[in-house]
Amino acid sequence: MTILPYLLAVWIFLVGLVGIVTSRNLIHLTVCVSICQSATYILLLAIGYKSHGTAPVFADIPTSRKVVDPVVQSLTLTDIVVAVAVSALLLALALKVFEAEGSLDPAEIAELKG
Amino acid sequence: MTTRVRLAVFSSGLVLVAALLVDGVSNLPPFGRYAGPYGDIVARLVEPQRHMANAVTAVVFDYRGFDTMGEELILFAAASAVALLLREMRDHDTSDLVEGIRSDALRGVGALAAIVTFVLALQVVAHGFITPGGGFQGGVVLSAAFALVFLTNEYRAYNRLASSSFAEPVEALGAGGYVFLGLLALALGFGFLENFLPFGVTGRLRSGGSAAIVNWSSALAVSGGFALIFSEYLQENVAVRHGRVGK
Amino acid sequence: MEPLQIVAMLYVALGALCVVLARDVVRQALVFSLYGFSLVVLFVVFQAPDVALSALVVSGIAYPLVLVGAIARCHGQRKGGGK
Repeated sequence: MTILPYLLAVWIFLVGLVGIVTSRNLIHLTVCVSICQSATYILLLAIGYKSHGTAPVFADIPTSRKVVDPVVQSLTLTDIVVAVAVSALLLALALKVFEAEGSLDPAEIAELKG
Repeated sequence: MTTRVRLAVFSSGLVLVAALLVDGVSNLPPFGRYAGPYGDIVARLVEPQRHMANAVTAVVFDYRGFDTMGEELILFAAASAVALLLREMRDHDTSDLVEGIRSDALRGVGALAAIVTFVLALQVVAHGFITPGGGFQGGVVLSAAFALVFLTNEYRAYNRLASSSFAEPVEALGAGGYVFLGLLALALGFGFLENFLPFGVTGRLRSGGSAAIVNWSSALAVSGGFALIFSEYLQENVAVRHGRVGK
Repeated sequence: MEPLQIVAMLYVALGALCVVLARDVVRQALVFSLYGFSLVVLFVVFQAPDVALSALVVSGIAYPLVLVGAIARCHGQRKGGGK
């Protein structure tokens, strides 16, 4: 029970991985990559969590109160926003592939030509 | 290699990776017992030392400002790459665009919602050091205010407000401003990206020192980057032409 | 570990599975947005309001716009994504 959030992160990562390998549409593949990225957010936040700790915002609580780790939260929050831009780049690549080949299916796209 | 063979190879690899990952996470400290000292030190020092109420924003823009600069440059590079890839696919003929949105009520509500979202975005960015918020979240909400104009009005109105000729300088100003602030701290005799302005009072809008300016420049960079990405994806061929959607 | 956290984690696990199993990309964009909202609940229950705010704006605004914009420019290629 004490490693349930970590197992959740592993499960989500593996589900995303299966989605990437068995995908028949490049846009579906990009969304599955985002699923894999979300697994890392859960892992980071689970590592920094403290039992009976509260949010690390001291606006109305004294500094001596027990809070969860703010460092992993900072890594996760910038990561989430940047991941969208990277997904937009992957989708732009998918659009260029569609423009060149006429299909979004990874199996139908021609192999590397010489 | 057929699909079946490929799937069989992948399944065996998947079982191996799953076993490895489960074995790896089972050796982590139990959930809820965070062991490391760094988080405790930051949480204890952020208010007396930096006068900031939000420890997470303090870590993002002050203690670990260098990492955030790297993340922002990733955003900048990704937005520029999207613009580079999709720029020549644009169809510049807007002469046969019909007005897709015919409802004045929708346009009115859309304009009102865009204004409210804009003010909300500024509030989220400004209160980054007091409540949960900051440059990254507020930047995305700011770009959403412009996207609302596209969704409820015609494409020409959106193009006038947030075309890429407007989004690019804003994004460059934000990303470049971040680096410039770091170099300015260096020129003034402090460390790179060190907080060099007076800290102010905890819980007031003026707290944060130079990290508050870094907060605003990253909000500009994020909103400019997203506005650029949106303007590449939401183009005139997504609008209605003579009653048909698409080209 | 509180019961609310366990329920939120179960929703996230179910949501991830549903996103991968969605075949039509327009449906997958919608399910992905809902998965993002379940992640927001999980982040709030893990006492991370900044991360929850970030995930909320991203999965509610940025991802759907970019995904649907990309789908609209690849008109006609919607199916695919299953085994």
